[in-house]
Amino acid sequence: MHGRPRKPLKPEDAAASAAKAEKLRVLQSQFLHNHHNHIYSKEAVELSTKLLETNPELYTAWNYRKLAVQHKLTENDSDPDSLKSILDEELRVVESALRQNFKSYGAWHHRKWILSKGHSSIDNELRLLDKFQKADSRNFHAWNYRRFVAASMNRSEEDELKYTEDMICNNFSNYSAWHNRSLLLSNLLKRKVEGFVSKEKVLPDEYEFVHQAIFTDPDDQSGWFYHLWLLDQTVRVDSPQLVSSWPTPGSDLILLGDRCLDGCASSPFTRFHLDSRTFPLVLYFNQAVEGVNSSTITVDSELNTNKDLVWKPLSSCNSKAAQVWVTQLNLPDGNTHSSKVFPVEDSSPISSLYQLSIKNDNELTDFEWRAATIAKEIDHFRELLSLINCKIGKLTLARLLMAHDAMMCPPANKISHSEEVLELYNDLMRLDPTHVQYYKDQHSLVLLQQVTSNWESLLSRCFHYSNSPSNRGSPMCLQLKNLSLSRLGSFDKLLWVQMLDLSHNELRSIEGLEALQLLSCLNLSNNILGSFTALEPIRQLKSLRALNISYNEIGAHSIDTTKYLCSSPLSHSVGSEWNHGQTVIDDDIKSYWEAYFILKGLNLTQFDIVGNAIVNEKFKSFLIKVLPGLKWLDGEQLH
Amino acid sequence: MQRNNSRDAAHRRRWQRCSTAVAATTEMRGAAVVMQKTETLTKKEEHLLLPNAAIAIVPLPDATAPAHLPLLCRQPSAQPPHPAHSFGGGFRFYHLKELCHLLRSTNSFEAEAGRLMTGNESESELPVPPYPPIEPTAFDLIVIGTGLPESVISAAASASGKSVLHLDPNPFYGSHFSSLSIADLTHFLNSHSTPSSVCPDPLYSDVEISNYASRLLSQHPRNFNLDVSGPRVLFCADHAVDLMLKSGASHYLEFKSIDATFMLDADAKLCSVPDSRAAIFKDKSLGLMEKNQLMRFFKLVQGHLSLDESEENDVRISEEDLDSPFADFLTKMKLSHKIKSYSPFPPVTFFSIIYLWHLIACIVLYAIAMADYDQEVSEYVLKTRDGINRLALYNSSIGRLVLMFQNALGALIYPIYGQGELPQAFCRRAAVKGCLYVLRMPVISLLTDQNSGSYKGVRLASGQDILSHKLVLDPSFTVPGSLASSHQQLQESFQAFSLSDNKGKVARGICITRSSLKPDLSNFLVIFPPRSLFPEQVTSIRVLQLGGNLAVCPVGMFVLYFSALCDEVNQGKKLLHAALSALQKLLVTGTAGNSSTAQSEDMEEAKPTLLWSALYIQDLSLGQFGSIISTPTPDGNLNYNDLLDATEKLYWKLYPKEELFPETTSSPENSEDDAGLTLES
Repeated sequence: MHGRPRKPLKPEDAAASAAKAEKLRVLQSQFLHNHHNHIYSKEAVELSTKLLETNPELYTAWNYRKLAVQHKLTENDSDPDSLKSILDEELRVVESALRQNFKSYGAWHHRKWILSKGHSSIDNELRLLDKFQKADSRNFHAWNYRRFVAASMNRSEEDELKYTEDMICNNFSNYSAWHNRSLLLSNLLKRKVEGFVSKEKVLPDEYEFVHQAIFTDPDDQSGWFYHLWLLDQTVRVDSPQLVSSWPTPGSDLILLGDRCLDGCASSPFTRFHLDSRTFPLVLYFNQAVEGVNSSTITVDSELNTNKDLVWKPLSSCNSKAAQVWVTQLNLPDGNTHSSKVFPVEDSSPISSLYQLSIKNDNELTDFEWRAATIAKEIDHFRELLSLINCKIGKLTLARLLMAHDAMMCPPANKISHSEEVLELYNDLMRLDPTHVQYYKDQHSLVLLQQVTSNWESLLSRCFHYSNSPSNRGSPMCLQLKNLSLSRLGSFDKLLWVQMLDLSHNELRSIEGLEALQLLSCLNLSNNILGSFTALEPIRQLKSLRALNISYNEIGAHSIDTTKYLCSSPLSHSVGSEWNHGQTVIDDDIKSYWEAYFILKGLNLTQFDIVGNAIVNEKFKSFLIKVLPGLKWLDGEQLH
Repeated sequence: MQRNNSRDAAHRRRWQRCSTAVAATTEMRGAAVVMQKTETLTKKEEHLLLPNAAIAIVPLPDATAPAHLPLLCRQPSAQPPHPAHSFGGGFRFYHLKELCHLLRSTNSFEAEAGRLMTGNESESELPVPPYPPIEPTAFDLIVIGTGLPESVISAAASASGKSVLHLDPNPFYGSHFSSLSIADLTHFLNSHSTPSSVCPDPLYSDVEISNYASRLLSQHPRNFNLDVSGPRVLFCADHAVDLMLKSGASHYLEFKSIDATFMLDADAKLCSVPDSRAAIFKDKSLGLMEKNQLMRFFKLVQGHLSLDESEENDVRISEEDLDSPFADFLTKMKLSHKIKSYSPFPPVTFFSIIYLWHLIACIVLYAIAMADYDQEVSEYVLKTRDGINRLALYNSSIGRLVLMFQNALGALIYPIYGQGELPQAFCRRAAVKGCLYVLRMPVISLLTDQNSGSYKGVRLASGQDILSHKLVLDPSFTVPGSLASSHQQLQESFQAFSLSDNKGKVARGICITRSSLKPDLSNFLVIFPPRSLFPEQVTSIRVLQLGGNLAVCPVGMFVLYFSALCDEVNQGKKLLHAALSALQKLLVTGTAGNSSTAQSEDMEEAKPTLLWSALYIQDLSLGQFGSIISTPTPDGNLNYNDLLDATEKLYWKLYPKEELFPETTSSPENSEDDAGLTLES
């Protein structure tokens, strides 16, 4: 079934298939005639049988048969015998069609449809399946159908689990069997069936099982897929957690007014340069959550005079769930002239409808097992890699090490594996050039994690702009340039950043950057951003004043692939925000709708875009119209 | 069913074609069935029995003439004569006793030009039964003996249009490759092991036959098919399988796969041999790293084999490595660590010596590459090149027939009714192509040209002289005198394949037991690698257990074959006795471990598990060629590859311009049964 080379047809075979095609065409035109005229006579149905038995791929014919069955059923409503014979005939047709091509979607679907009528014996189906799965044990149609049959006959999931085990023992290169195993186990664990109550009891055996496959033949990917699933099961914490927030709970917040010259000698992370009357509060969760509002989150602060804070999710689409939630805190009048220390007591969320509990006891006991499992896996794969040079082994080791580091955070022991992981990804980029972009992205994430892992390394990358020595109270700029970053991450550690320099990297996207709500100054020059759509996150950065996207590749690609992934004026997410009244302002908007869409809500005073293919005089004049507050464009003062 | 019928019909047509009396064929089958089994038989079994029955058919020049068919029963029947025996007028049943006399009587005749010696002893002189005269009296080729090499030669020569007369002094097909009942085997071994004036150097020696349950066994006098040359299995990718498919002999055979292979490990337990990807995956005894190493090694071999020799590639194993000893190569591939100071358990037994070698290396060397000699101390060292070829055979055998038959998952198969089926199948093939068969027809002398002294023909026991251009003899005959001087040893052809030489011997043993070595399996192979039984054990002992489902013994009993190469008789006997006691120990522990059934079998326990055993030493001799060709004896290997290679060489010596079973035969009879080998689930 698999791995057989396709041979070119011999002339006589080609002639035979041409004759067959001619016959099929005749049959098909007759069939379509019947179908269009709703003829469900015995002869007409037999014609469709003949057609389907030669070509099971004809979906129309299957639908016709469904109509025919329904037609017959309404005629013979009362008689259970004839009902059964009608349905049995359908099953027979499907079976012979499947013999012709057992990968026909239409045929399998038709069979499901008949069985769902509930008049046919389901026991027979398992026998049929055994036959098909013997002929091709990796046929995913059969596996799909097997799940359907097992569910409808209430076959126990333990039995099915045993079945996958048998199939895997016959030949462990069976993605479908491993996949079914993961589905069955998830269900059993979720339902807490006896013997499957805790992962701690079940997963070690599964690890042991999949090790046999992986170590016997590391080049076979099917086992690795299952291992990845197991790893995910081990690492993932089911309930959402608050990862970080700004301001940090319990910290003192220093607000610096516009004219304040005396900066306090405090850390940059809690100092906030204020130029408006509000400042944001940001919550960062480990996964998208819903329902963050003033009743689920209490903010206890001196400033919190106004009762109801309105929490907004930050997400590109209009979903109600988001990883990042933000609210604006208004400053009381009169305080802007002097810096003031506001103790932020605690913004810890209370348990609520959405189970925003941070950690429960159960997970704490679990923790030991998880950590031990990961550590054991690390040892295994280190040993494997000592013997062979295996791409997927290295990747897995890298993932394991990162999972280990993440689990040990907060870093009780300071031993971090990030150097080793970076080295692994560097290796992988050399070994496996086809997937170099993925490895580069992972490398970037690890690098960022390493940089942000502690205050010292962060501080070493913070600078004051040299041209404003007098303004010592101005915010620090975090420099992450020249790091070959292709992807951004570790936003939870960067919520405090107000000035960020990401120039001279390899960024194509800035996904996730919307979490940095305090950002007022962003340098993205000398990257490889391909379009304005790639800048979508900055729409959410309300405090952004200075943006540098010079020397990117915006407009250089005639077909912008990101367009199809991101929003367009026609997609729903954007459409609702799109003010139709404004669109007619200018013809320019039609040609630069992407730029318009990204920039229109921003209040930029400084913008650099020189060095992009899109830039010309027309575009510049368009920019000036769209950004009325702009004072500097490409280093030139306007007005 | 349909197919069987049409196949029968096809056979019938073939026999018709070779001018045999047609009516006799069907009748004879009826007779054969009656002789074989008393139980009721399904149609299929009936069909199967046909090739198994010992039937000699003399095709007569005139198809209408009443059949003078000497029909012989190879298993003495304790039953009263069945009415079937009297029909046709041409049939006659001989009891074995009679036959023995017949056989023994033949050697008293003196040869004229050269004396022919057989392993049979001459004792009494009974009158020779009336043989019908053979016509014609001149052939292209006369073949004496119906062992596998002889049968292949006669089938090939017949297929290429030669006129062939195939004779056998025995009343059964197969000679030294046959499968016999207990009584027949006993007789065969005894008669071929007694030195006499005419045969000072018989093929078999030191025959020890012990019967521990004669009453039980006598209840099944005809239910055993014991291989004379066991243990034998076929690899699915074997030369023999190819030959059967090419010649059409596969039509007459049915196979079952051997379920597993085990090896005796350091704890004197049977550990499974992970011989395939799935087996490595399932294996419980290997560690993860060992699994990885072993699989990688298999892949290396596969990669090496899949590449052209001309291609320079780092996947290929270097020439230097190919010429090095295989054991060294395994060490280089990190499959074995020579752990000198390893002592697994006190006191250190000789089993622990095996742990000087890593377990995986042992498995690869002795259980997959089937090395005969101790690769660490013996002088007969397997080269990497040969080792890899053996792995390749094993590897290509796994799943070779899966596409045809779902149940042939393993590498090894065994013919139902015993290995004796193989020569018979080739004989039938030869008969279809016009070869003339006469069984229990001893040849008493060779005829030579009085002037040149060259071979002319043979004189039969019936007194008839038959002339031929060429003669092929089975290895129980030796040709003295001037004719022998022109012989050359077939040494060259063997050097690449096996280490056996003229002086070598193979020690063979057969046991009949009432319990299996493994409770849940019946057909499998067991390897006792060198030094696993006693420190001086230099050769590997291979054991094959077969159960009743292969129709070699009654259901509920098992036949165990074992063999090992040896230099001389005492060494061979030591090997056989050590193997026998090791097997008995395994049988005992096997039943003791089965605690749940132990109580219920208290009654059974009193009876011995070992019912019968035969130990014997067989001489090895290679084929010879000259004006007369002599075929090789059964060798010490598990399969027939070396033997068939030698046979092929002999055939080329006979007919230098002809290919063995050319593949041009696109005749309708090939297409009607192109499913090839038949395997039973």
